[in-house]
Amino acid sequence: MKVLSLNFLTCAVKACKSSSSSYPLHPRDAELVQDEIEVNPDMLVNVLPRLDWAALRTTSSELGFPPLPEQPPTQEELRADDKLVRDLHHLLLETQISEGKLVCANCGHEYAVKEGIANFLLPSHLV
Amino acid sequence: MDPSPEAYEATHVHSVYNAIAPHFSSTRHKPWPFISSFLTSLPPGSIGLDVGCGNGKYLPVNPLLHILASDRSEALVRLARTEQKKLTGPASPPQVVVADALSLPYRERSVDFVICVAVIHHLSTRERRQEGIRALLDCVHGGGRVLVYAWALEQGSSRRGWDEGSEQDALVPWVMRSKGKPEATFQRYYHLYRKGELEEDVEAAGGKVLESGYEKDNWWVICSNSQA
Repeated sequence: MKVLSLNFLTCAVKACKSSSSSYPLHPRDAELVQDEIEVNPDMLVNVLPRLDWAALRTTSSELGFPPLPEQPPTQEELRADDKLVRDLHHLLLETQISEGKLVCANCGHEYAVKEGIANFLLPSHLV
Repeated sequence: MDPSPEAYEATHVHSVYNAIAPHFSSTRHKPWPFISSFLTSLPPGSIGLDVGCGNGKYLPVNPLLHILASDRSEALVRLARTEQKKLTGPASPPQVVVADALSLPYRERSVDFVICVAVIHHLSTRERRQEGIRALLDCVHGGGRVLVYAWALEQGSSRRGWDEGSEQDALVPWVMRSKGKPEATFQRYYHLYRKGELEEDVEAAGGKVLESGYEKDNWWVICSNSQA
């Protein structure tokens, strides 16, 4: 699972949706895989407005990446900043969580990630 | 006593797909043209969901999109990942998770589009089908669009023989033939949508119908969140 995907994932428990602590999910015992892929600045610029920047900063520091700027760049700023394009590309698209858990800080539920696939099926008492 | 809708779907939908996954997948390779044209019409870098992705046949249609896919069947999700990875290479495997359509793990109003093909008709009460559509609408932002496909009751020209006036809740046999094994039959539950019903369900779920139509034994709707 790419870090980009993690920015769109939250706890599957309905009661957690209204709680700000249910997002982002927190990686635990995460094994990361990194592969080089070609940079496509246009795609990154287009995805930027859909990102939750505060959550991305949290995820990035939890995975041990260097800190991201406090405020998100505008699309124009990102387009002009080669280094930030490369850094974001590396974090969002080249980095995958292959094994580990994703934890909801609200209900404490742990979602397992195996071979890059997270399982969000809930035990019946949480549905 | 009748089983709960959840228990009924566990027997007549979830466990069937897990059992037939490889055989099912081998029969589902060709993307439907209308869904492909919807996906190719979206701007590059759009981010969206494929809820009930099956073997992931829509994931490679437009490589300029980011699609987060999910399916209730872990067996199908694993197949989607393995199959599509052959096309995309190990650096960009398809983004697939195992999730239930009524408990989706996505941030609200976050994505540009959702496709949900041949999924809602597996929910066994009208309330649950509308809840399923609501859950899709919750994922898209104000300008986002949701494409839903469901099996039609009006299939006069198909070998299945249903048509207007037939019973809408049906168990449809899947006959699995594998080498060296006796034939096995699984009964999958379907709700067959009559003309106009999918639009009604979208509106009951708080959505706005933008376009709708019929293609190859299915009704389809493109809708948006009317509360946007």
